[in-house]
Amino acid sequence: MPVPQKHAAVKTTQEFNTRAQSKAPVAKGVKVIGRKKDDDDRIDTGEEEWMQGKTLVKPPDQLDLTEAELKEELTRILTANNPHAPQNIVRYNFKESCYKPISSVDQMAVHFVLEGNLVHKDSHEARRQVAKQGVTEDMIVEDVVAEEEKPDTPVTGQLEGGEDMAEGEDGGGEERPDSVDIRAGKKEQKLTNQFNFSERASQTLNNPPRERSCQTRPPPRAHFSSTANQWEIYDFYVEELQRQEKNKEKQKAQPSKKEEDKIKKKMITVETQSDDITKITKVSKIIEHMVNQNTFDDVAQDFRYFEDASDEFREQEGTLLPLWKFQYDRAKRLSVTSLCWNKKHKDFFAVGLGSYDFTKQGHGMLLFNSLKNPTYPEFIFTTLSSVMCVDIHENLSYLVAVGFYDGCVAVYNLKEHSDQPAYMSTAKTGKHTDPVWQVKWQKDDLDSNHNFFSVSSDGRVVSWTLVKNELVFTDIINLSLDSTACGTAFDFHKQIDYLFLVGTLDGKIHKCSKSYSSQFLETYDAHNMAVDAVRWNHHHPDVFISCSTDWKVKIWDHTITTPMFTFDLNAAVGDVVWGPYSSTVFAAVTNDGKIHVFDLSINKFEALCQQAVVAKKTKLSHIEFNPVHPILIVGDDRGYVTSLKLSPNLRKKPKEKKGQELPKGPEVEIDKMEKLLSLLRESGSNQA
Amino acid sequence: MAETVDGKKEEADYKRLHSFPLIRVSVAYMISSSSLSLSLPPFISPSRTHYFFQNAARMIKESMDKKFGSSWHVVIGEGFGFEVTHEIKNLLYMFFGGSLAVCVWKCS
Repeated sequence: MPVPQKHAAVKTTQEFNTRAQSKAPVAKGVKVIGRKKDDDDRIDTGEEEWMQGKTLVKPPDQLDLTEAELKEELTRILTANNPHAPQNIVRYNFKESCYKPISSVDQMAVHFVLEGNLVHKDSHEARRQVAKQGVTEDMIVEDVVAEEEKPDTPVTGQLEGGEDMAEGEDGGGEERPDSVDIRAGKKEQKLTNQFNFSERASQTLNNPPRERSCQTRPPPRAHFSSTANQWEIYDFYVEELQRQEKNKEKQKAQPSKKEEDKIKKKMITVETQSDDITKITKVSKIIEHMVNQNTFDDVAQDFRYFEDASDEFREQEGTLLPLWKFQYDRAKRLSVTSLCWNKKHKDFFAVGLGSYDFTKQGHGMLLFNSLKNPTYPEFIFTTLSSVMCVDIHENLSYLVAVGFYDGCVAVYNLKEHSDQPAYMSTAKTGKHTDPVWQVKWQKDDLDSNHNFFSVSSDGRVVSWTLVKNELVFTDIINLSLDSTACGTAFDFHKQIDYLFLVGTLDGKIHKCSKSYSSQFLETYDAHNMAVDAVRWNHHHPDVFISCSTDWKVKIWDHTITTPMFTFDLNAAVGDVVWGPYSSTVFAAVTNDGKIHVFDLSINKFEALCQQAVVAKKTKLSHIEFNPVHPILIVGDDRGYVTSLKLSPNLRKKPKEKKGQELPKGPEVEIDKMEKLLSLLRESGSNQA
Repeated sequence: MAETVDGKKEEADYKRLHSFPLIRVSVAYMISSSSLSLSLPPFISPSRTHYFFQNAARMIKESMDKKFGSSWHVVIGEGFGFEVTHEIKNLLYMFFGGSLAVCVWKCS
C-alpha cells in the first residue's frame, strides 16, 4: 500500500478548511476525509465517531480527494495472516550454498502469556513431589502434577507452550495410572506399619457415683384461730386495764416492768450458761471414761479376762499382772501412806499421801481414784499436813475419815463439793499430839451417830463421834500404861464388835476391848521392832496377822500367845493384808519393792509369788485387796499406786473330792484354817 | 365509758402477744420488739383512705419478709374471724387503737 504523501495531505487540509468554513454539513467533510486515505480510513472512522460532538479538527496531513475518488469502493479481505510477520525470510542453504527464501513463515502472534505453576499429577515432577509428601489430597497431587509442566514450558519457549500443554496432558493421562499406584502403595505401607505401631489405651478409675440426699424436717406448725370483733377488742382492753391497775399496786414495791424484763432476760441468759456447764460436766465425765477405756483398752481386757495360762505349768507359783498405774502430778514427791477401797463402789479407792519422814513434813493429799479413769483422780483434796491414814465408811461411802501427821483427824464429805473437810478436830477438841496412824469407822452408835476410832503414837485410842456439826472425842484406851507405848496399828474384829487389836511401836500387840479402858485383855510379844500392821482374818474368828519392820510376818491365833506361822521376808515389811476371798491367802509388801503372796493351804512355808512390781529403790508402803475383783493395789513411796491382777494360781479354791459339791461360805474358810492350826497346835503341844 | 375512751386512746395496747421466742433465743426479743415497732408506723400516719388497711398490711408484710424470713401473712381489720396455720413461735396477734386487730403469722 503506498504511503500517502504528506504534501498532498497538507494541501487538501488547507483546502478543506476553507471549504469547511463555507459549507455547512460536517458529515460530508468527514466522508471526504475518509475516502482519501486508505490506511488512515479506520483511524479516521474511529475519529469520526467521537469527533462528531466536537468541532471538526482536520489533521494536517489529510488527503484531499475528489468526490469521485471518495465514492470509489475498495474491497477489504480479512485473513489470518500476521501483518507484522515478515513475508520474505531468507535463509542460507548450505546444500546449495546460496540464500533461499523460506517457504512458509510462522504467522502466529502471541498477545498474552501467563506462566503458571500447575504440574500434571502424572508427570515426573508431580510423582517426585507426591513421593516426598506421602499421602496427599488429589488437588495437591494435581497441582504437583501440573507443576511438572513448568520445567518443560520454559525449555520449549513461549511460542511453543501451547503445543507442550497438549502433549503434557497426554503424558499426564499415561502417568495417571502410575500415580494411582503410588497412592495404593502408600496405603499398603500404612498397613504394614501396623506391626511397628501398637495402640495403647488406658482408662482412669472413675469413682462410682453415689446418690446422696437429705431431707430436713419442715419447721413445726400450729393452728390458731380467733375472732376479731369490736366487742372482743373492747373486752380485752377492759381486762388489760384492770390488770395494769393491779400491777401498779404491786409495782410500787417492786421494780418496774422494764426492769423485770431485763431481769428475766438476765435470768434466761444465766440459766443457759449454767445449764451448759452442768450438762457438760456429766457428759464430759462419761466421755473421759470412754476415752480412758479406749486408751487402756488392753489393760481393761486383761483386767477382765486375762488368766495367766502359764499357771498351769507352774505348780504352785503364781504371778501378778500389772494393770493400771495411778499417779498424780502433784503427788509425785509424796509417798502413799494409806489405801482404802470403797465398799460400795468397788472400783473406787482412796489414797492418802504424805511423808513418813519426820524431817520432810510438808503438805499432804487425799486422792480418790477410780479404775474407770486411771489417768486422773476423781477427787483431790490438799491438806496442810501429811495424810497418814484413810478409811471410807462401809455404808455411807461419801464419808471419809482421815488421820494426819499433826495429830488431827478429819472427816470429808464427798457429796459436798468443797475442798475443806466437813469435820476437823482441833487442839481444843482433843486431837492427838502425835501422828495418827490408823482410823477406822465403826457402826453407828446408839444415837445413830457416825463414829470412828483413831490410834496414834501418843498412846491414845480415841473414838470420835459426829454429833451434828461437831466431832466429839472419847478416849477409849490409853496405852501409856507402859510409858513407852505408842500405837502404830489397830484392827477391829470382824464379828466381835468390842474386840480390837493394837500394835505398838515397840513390837507388842495388845488385845483390847472397847469397854475396858485401862486394861488389855492380852498382850503378845510379837516383834522386835514397830508393828506396822495388824489384821484380823476375814473368815476365821481367831486368827490375825501382823507384820513389822523386823522383816517378819507372823500369824496368830488370839487364844495362843505364840505365833502360828512366822515368815521372814528379807526386807522390812510395810503392810500385810488378808485376801478377802480365802482365809488362807495373804499378801505382804516389803521395802525392796516386792509383793509376797502366800496361800497357806497350798504352801505353808514359801510364798506362792514373790514379785517386784516397782523400780528398785522404791519402797512399797501399802497393799490392799479389792473386795470383789481379783486385783490388789499397792502404793509406793513415790506417790504411785499400781494395780495388779492375781493369776489363777493365787486364787485357788481347794480341790474337793470328786462327786462332792464345793461347799461355799465362810465355814469352808474357817475349816481350812482350822485344819492348819490344829496341825500346829498339835505340834506345838507336842513340842511343849 | 372513760375506760373505753382510754382504751381507744391507748395506742399500742396489745392483746395476746403470741410472739413467742424463736428457737434462736437471741432473735426472740428482736422478733417481738422489732415486729411491733415495724407494725406501728403504718398506723401512726393513717391517711384513712379505703386503702389504709391494705397499705399498712403491705408495709408490715414486706418489712417482716425482709427481716425474718420468707413468707409472712398480715391481716388487719376491725371485724374478722380466722383460723390459720403458723410456724411455731411465729405468730403475732395484737389489738391497736381500741378498734383495730392485727394478725401477723409466718407460714412458708
